[in-house]
Amino acid sequence: MPTKSPPPDAEADTMNVINEIVAESLVTDGGQVGVTIENVVKTFQDTPALHGVSLEVGAGELLALLGPSGSGKTTLLRILAGLDAPTEGRVLFGSGDALNLDMRQRNVGFVFQNYALFRHMTVFNNIAFGLKVRPGSRRPSRADIRKRVMNLLDLVQLSGLEKRFPGQLSGGQRQRVALARALAIEPRVLLLDEPFGALDAKVRRELRRWLREIHDRTGHTTIFVTHDQEEAMELADRVVVMSQGRIEQVGTADEVYDAPASPFVFSFIGESSALPVTVREGRVLLGDRALELGVASAADGPAMLHFRPHDATIGKPGEDAIDGVVTSVRRHGSMRRLELSIGGNGTHVEIDAKPDFPVRPGGVVAFMPTRWHLFPANGHS
Amino acid sequence: MADIAHVPAPAVRHFRSASTESPAVRGMLITIAVAFLLSFLVLPLAIVFFEAFREGFGAFIEGITEKDALAAIKLTIIVAAISVPANLIFGLAASWAIAKFEFRGKSLLITLIDLPFSVSPVTSGLIYVLLFGAQGFFGPFLQAHDIQIIFAVPGIVLATIFVTFPFIARELIPIMQEQGTQDEEAALSLGATGWQTFRRITLPNVKWALLYGVLLCNARAMGEFGAVSVVSGKIRGKTNTMPLQVEILYNEYMQTAAFALAALLALLALVTLLIKSVLEWRYADEIAAARR
Repeated sequence: MPTKSPPPDAEADTMNVINEIVAESLVTDGGQVGVTIENVVKTFQDTPALHGVSLEVGAGELLALLGPSGSGKTTLLRILAGLDAPTEGRVLFGSGDALNLDMRQRNVGFVFQNYALFRHMTVFNNIAFGLKVRPGSRRPSRADIRKRVMNLLDLVQLSGLEKRFPGQLSGGQRQRVALARALAIEPRVLLLDEPFGALDAKVRRELRRWLREIHDRTGHTTIFVTHDQEEAMELADRVVVMSQGRIEQVGTADEVYDAPASPFVFSFIGESSALPVTVREGRVLLGDRALELGVASAADGPAMLHFRPHDATIGKPGEDAIDGVVTSVRRHGSMRRLELSIGGNGTHVEIDAKPDFPVRPGGVVAFMPTRWHLFPANGHS
Repeated sequence: MADIAHVPAPAVRHFRSASTESPAVRGMLITIAVAFLLSFLVLPLAIVFFEAFREGFGAFIEGITEKDALAAIKLTIIVAAISVPANLIFGLAASWAIAKFEFRGKSLLITLIDLPFSVSPVTSGLIYVLLFGAQGFFGPFLQAHDIQIIFAVPGIVLATIFVTFPFIARELIPIMQEQGTQDEEAALSLGATGWQTFRRITLPNVKWALLYGVLLCNARAMGEFGAVSVVSGKIRGKTNTMPLQVEILYNEYMQTAAFALAALLALLALVTLLIKSVLEWRYADEIAAARR
């Protein structure tokens, strides 16, 4: 309950403003819609960018498209926005076909990587733009536009800067103006292209938390593109890992981290090492030695054993462990990162050791992965 | 003590940043630039005004209000009033097409826009004579329909448009290319129509370049001599623009009248510069903001 003590409580004021915005967007567009992507193919002059991508995005979900450059994530986002048209496939907003609508009609809030703020307009006019260009019948009155812009400025914590030009703002502030401008049109779906790409690390972390809060308050169906796995995992409800125009895995941060569906996901998310091994009758062989990894469900044949540096225990050289020659020792956060050369054929892995673990380059260390994944060696990527 | 005091000073005193020239070089460069400006620009300009007012202010007024002179001024204004807007529209369309779209023959279009810069104005004028003159390609057709292009105002306008073709497009293309299409995409995503996007985003983004292009185009349209002299026929009071009238008067030893008109043309150039400077000074903040 907001207290009625004068002066009015600023916190309560902000909450009222936010509730108003939420209520307003619910009234005007009947809530958020989900997005259905069906078998979308995109080819640029014979170069395929997307090979039949299908994805369901829930209403109000915060989804990350994560992948290296060239994975097709930005292409997919631009298709959703209507900036590009797919070569094949369907895109539905709710139950309606979005591809029949051009960009104007699609009512999508798009935040560009470089923000694309209108340089010659003040912050106020930037945010008001989407409302001012509406046809007369749907255009709010000047007073309503003003109220809405001021509310949005409050929401993105930029009150008092409405008369500034974009050139007079910091990177983080521009980012927030871009978001407010996209939210002003009461979008059905909010799309962000590398939203924090141009910011320094500290501002990036702050804005990440802040964007999550905004999403939780306004409840927009939000899809953002990033190449930063940390950003995707921390911010998104679900992460879509993409590589070379295909979706590798869709899942929560825990799922993609703990149960990667492919070697690509394993190596792209988090740190990982891989060892070439052979599977024979359910046993995992390194060279001709069997490793104590229990029964592997993989088919017989060459395979790659993936594990993370921190998922390994160090022991004494012995029968069942993997030994390696230490080639380098680095400090890595609270741990010490050892790089080991295994079997003398150029294979290197990394494992973590306690900082007080006695080790020096040239010494021999034996370890066993405690958590690991086995993928057939001929699997893609 | 004396020894110590001598030691560190020279290294510090002789330090110069890598991009700073010695005072002698700086002085020399500034002197060359100023001397050049004075002798090749300021002095001739001063002489034009000096000659124009040599026989007093009354003679100057007489010179520019003489019947044929007034006709020349009027014609010059008409020609500029047609060719500048024509090239404004063309320049916007061409630079929009070049900067925002990919299409076949784009580099050819860019080259063609530059053509009037590289072709001698006399040749440009001759092209129109060959096309529309009595012996020209369209000559018989035009005569049959009693349409006069060469030795008339339409010919002068055509020649002027041709010569001033590149000015606005050349100013706009680099800035539009640099700005890319993202602002337009943002405007469209916010629900703006194509026309709204053009008027509220594209045009304001290029307005300073556009204004500069228009000023340059206008100065050249009013001052063009070569191409216009070929197509005009130099009929006094009818097809003489200001530069042509100046030449005729000068050839007839009517110094004061010739320089009076020449001074008016020079004044026009100075006013153009002044407008540009005043605008740049007045809107310095906005221009700086637009460039960031």
